[in-house]
Formats: sequence, C-alpha cells, structure tokens
Amino acid sequence: MPKTEFWQGNVALAQGALAAGCRFFGGYPITPSSEIAETMSKELPKRDGRFIQMEDEIASIAATIGASLTGKKSLTATSGPGFSLKQENLGLAYQAEVPIVVVDVMRGGPSTGLPTKISQQDVMQARWGTHGDHATIALCPSSVQECYELAIDAFNLAERFRQPVIILSDEVLGHMRERVIVPESDSIALVDRKKPEVSPSDFVPYKADPKDDIPAMAGFGDGYRWHVTGLTHNEWGFPTNKAPEIEQKMLRVMRKVERFRDDIIKYDTESIEDAEVIVLGYGSVARTGLSAVREARAAGHKVGYFRPVTLWPFPDKELQAQLDTAKTVIVPELNCGQMVHEVERASCGRVEVVQQTLVNGELFKPSEILEKIKEVV
Amino acid sequence: MPRPEVMDWLRTRFFPHIWCPGCGHGIIMHAILRSLVDTGKKPEETVIASGIGCSSRMPGYIDACTVHTTHGRSLAFATGIKLANPELTIVDVMGDGDCSAIGGNHFIHAARRNIDITAVIMNNNIYGMTGGQSSPTTPIGAKASTAPYGAIEPNFNLCELAAGAGASYVARSTVAQPNICEKYIKKGIENKGFSVVEIMTFCHTQFGRRNKIPKPVDNINRLRDKSVPKAKAEKMAAEELQDKIVTGEFVEKDTPEFVAEYEQLIERVRG
Repeated sequence: MPKTEFWQGNVALAQGALAAGCRFFGGYPITPSSEIAETMSKELPKRDGRFIQMEDEIASIAATIGASLTGKKSLTATSGPGFSLKQENLGLAYQAEVPIVVVDVMRGGPSTGLPTKISQQDVMQARWGTHGDHATIALCPSSVQECYELAIDAFNLAERFRQPVIILSDEVLGHMRERVIVPESDSIALVDRKKPEVSPSDFVPYKADPKDDIPAMAGFGDGYRWHVTGLTHNEWGFPTNKAPEIEQKMLRVMRKVERFRDDIIKYDTESIEDAEVIVLGYGSVARTGLSAVREARAAGHKVGYFRPVTLWPFPDKELQAQLDTAKTVIVPELNCGQMVHEVERASCGRVEVVQQTLVNGELFKPSEILEKIKEVV
Repeated sequence: MPRPEVMDWLRTRFFPHIWCPGCGHGIIMHAILRSLVDTGKKPEETVIASGIGCSSRMPGYIDACTVHTTHGRSLAFATGIKLANPELTIVDVMGDGDCSAIGGNHFIHAARRNIDITAVIMNNNIYGMTGGQSSPTTPIGAKASTAPYGAIEPNFNLCELAAGAGASYVARSTVAQPNICEKYIKKGIENKGFSVVEIMTFCHTQFGRRNKIPKPVDNINRLRDKSVPKAKAEKMAAEELQDKIVTGEFVEKDTPEFVAEYEQLIERVRG
C-alpha cells in the first residue's frame, strides 16, 4: 500500500533521494536548503548510509563526487551562493563522468541576495555555471510530490548517463508542506550505473559502448584499477592533448545526452490543443500560471499551459509541436529574463514571446498572470 | 631505477612522466610505492588522490585507484572516498601551494576530523607547474615570478599547522633522506587517523634558477645540509634555526578517528 505523508518540499526531496538508493550526502548548511541536509543526517545512518557536513560547499561536492567513485549514489544540496561555489567541481564531475545529484533550492540573488525569498535566478547557472562545454540535465519540480518523484528521476538519470543531474527547486517549494503519496519501495523503478563486465586487466575505463556512448564504471574497491582526472582524457583516462582524442571525448559526452533526449525530457500541458496564448511556467511559478490559465479558460479565452519539467535539455521540439495554433507565449519568471530566451530560440520566430518579470522576492499572484493574459488576447 | 617490488604499481604505458629531469618528485613517488608494498597494500584497494600541480600528476603514474581532482580540493574528495568505503587505504599527495593556500581549509579540517588518510606534502616552496610563483612556503627573501623583489610574507610551518589542527601523526623529512621518507610514510599509512608527512623537495627549474641553485644535485645537498633532527633542534637557539629544516616526527598520538566514530554512530542508531 502506498503511504500518505505530509511533508515539506525539502524533506520530500531528501526522502525521494533515499528511495532512489542515495547512501551518501555531503553538504554545508545554507538557507533555504538546510532541511535536506538535516533530513539526510537523520535518515542515512539508519540505512547504513553516510552523512558528512563538510567545511564548505566546495568540499561538500568534492566529497560527494569521491563517494560516488566508490559506487555509492551520492547527493549534495545547496542554494544560490553555495551552488556558485560548487561549480568548479561540478565541472570535474562532467569531465570525469561521475554520477551525482546536486540540488539548488533557488533563492534571490545575486550574492547573498535574499536568503529566505524565492527566485528563479539560477536557471542559467545550472546550464552554464561551470566552465567549459557540457551537456546539462536539470529537473524542476512544481509540487512537494514532484520533489519526491524528481529526486528519484534525478538519480536514475545520473546513474544512466554517468553525469551530474541538477534539481532546481525553489524557496517556496522547499518550505511548503503538501500531501505526498509515497509508493511502496518495490514499485519504484531504479537505475544503477553500468558495471564493467570485463576482467580488471581488460578494463578500459572510458571506452564507451557505441550503443549508448556511455562507458561502464567500476567503483574504487571493486577490484579494478583506473585513473580519474579533470583533465581532458583518452579512453584510458589519461590526459591527452591530441586533437582527435579531445574531440572524440567532447563530442561523445554531449552526444550521450542528446541522442536520448526523448527519454530525458518531461513536460506537462493543459488546455493547449487550441490555445492561442500559451503560459509557459516552471517551478512554483507554474502553479500560479496554471491557476491563471484555468481562470482565463473559464472566462472564455483560448489559453493553454505548458510546463517544462526538464529545464535542460530544453524541450524545444515538444514546445514547437504546440505552436500551430498559438500566437503568443507568455513566460512568467522570477528573474530578469533567463528561460524566456530559450523559448524565443525554440519558437523560431513563429510566435510572439512575452516576458513577465518579477524580482521582488515574492511569487506571482494568479491575478498578475491573468492580467498579462488579458493584455495579449 | 625503481626497485622491482614496486613495478606492479607503475603505469609504465603512461611514461615518460612530465617532471623535469632531476626533479625530486620521483624520489617521493618511489618512497610512497615502497611504503605501500612494505605495508602489504593491494593496488586495487588503494586510492591515490591529488589536487593540481606538478606533484599532483603523480597518481597518473601509479597503477592503483587514482584520482586527480581540482586544485586544493583533493582532501575533500578523499574524505568522501574514505567515508563511503572505509576499507580503502588512501594516500593524498599534494604540493605546498595546493595543500596550504587554496586547500588550507580542507587541510585543517581533515586534521581536525582525524580521518584515516595519509597526506604526503611535497614542499618545494614554489608553484612549479604554473611558472614559479610564490607559495605560502616560499622563504622570506626568496625570489619567485610573483615575488621578483623577494618574498616578504612569513611562511607556513605545515607540520605545526597540522599538529595544531589535530592530525594524529606528523613528520617531516627531505628528499635527501629517501629511506627516512619511506619510514615516515609507512608509519603514516599504518596510523589510524590523519597523517601528515611533509617532504622537503626542490624545484630547480623554477625556484632554483631564480635563486642561484639551478642544479638538482646542489638542491639535494642544500636540503641535506639544512636538515636538523628534532632532538638537536630543541637545543638550538631560534636564530640558529632560522634557515634550517627541522626533521623528525612531531606528533604520534592515539585519538578517535572520524570514520570509525561514524561506524559506531551507525551501530548506535541501528541498534
């Protein structure tokens, strides 16, 4: 029997991670994410897992990557400034293809900004925060139920694609309490990283299977010897400066995500088939947006709702498929314009894209989005 | 030439190494490998971690579970590895700048936790790989590419720092005494806790060239001549010790180790 819980978003996220098999957490306290660390510190020892509060955010992602190298599913969680500090080591996890999950409970910025107030100002930091090219996978929950479910998805994706997966939650969602239906643990589909099937002497640590471009990963202590480095490396994991080897590596890690984008991308729609106006919102904002769309429909306007659950890769094709009837897409965001540019890019000039900005630390009211809908219909 | 017993620990296919001819790092790598062999460690159950710099390229040459991380952060990675799999033996190899400048915070906290990792610091008083900039251990008056008029900052005593922060084994030697290096590293590996072995080495191409000691052999002789065993140093005046390298074992104590403490916590919680 599934259980019903009444959880805070941050607690649900931690519980989802545990259900996904997460057995290591490295963290550093930061508002509004701290309840994730608190929950993990309490729950992990009960499951023979390991929790450590490190000396800073940089160390906490480093420890998380280190734990994953031993084969443990590993999590770190933070908010804006902490996410910035993690970026360099996040890059190492992309480069060395180490599966980890990183949660950013978004708050207002830049800098210390608004520690206790909501924003969506880290969308581009998630995509391009670390230096260098990499394929980002970032998921964005809109409810406490989804905090739980997307934590499981995030681990499954991280393990499958052997790379970091980011969850972009936000302050309102993190601290909101809602009912969560918790499925029985044996009904949850879990993915584990591919283990090498060859003997230690035949193991080539970064030799990818052409079927999916993803190399099998041995854990430290599994009987294999291998080298992990943040340097661009060849199939043996050794640093290389040879142009063909560099290119092969760079293009493969981009390709491993791109060719399976249809498996990764999740989105949600309502009343969109005949919509002339589409409201595209994500995270907490999507709920306000949906409420406004329903009110507008009730008032007889042809308005629909589109919510990317996967922010990265951005659901271009999925959005484009909805643009036959639409003339306008409204993008309400708690930032000065981040995802709106992706929507403009994806819509290829076929529709007018209207930005709606709110950066005062608060969440949109449905009436504000409704007002915008009325302006454009 | 390496001793035959360490050959199984070398990734010879990855050679030649990047170190300059005459560099002291090879002496340290050999001492580390001999220590691992002597303590009966298996390569597939041993992790060699490092940060960034000349010294930190060492794990690439060692055929174990090796991880070359970001600058200064290797101890934080190593902490996660050790906590997630306490069965593994971990040696973290660092340069002086890597350990005490950008990695200073991780260094003191690894010592405070007394986590079972052996940190081998290869102190050559300079940032070699990036072209000879001054480090927190560049002696006052020495020239570096970012200290063209001579360094004016007081330098860290890494062993005192480690001891003050809580490391349970702390020792210092020089590449002029490879057998003593081996002995200290071996004791560090056997110590259940955070062990710091500082090995004074040299960078003749970046430090030596700027400070009129360009030949490797002169650097080795200099390290030998400047070394003063701890027992002798205790009887010397501060002025006499100014330019000296005090060698020996500074801390050997039995204090609770972090991973073992966590294992006990799990037992307590799970009943």
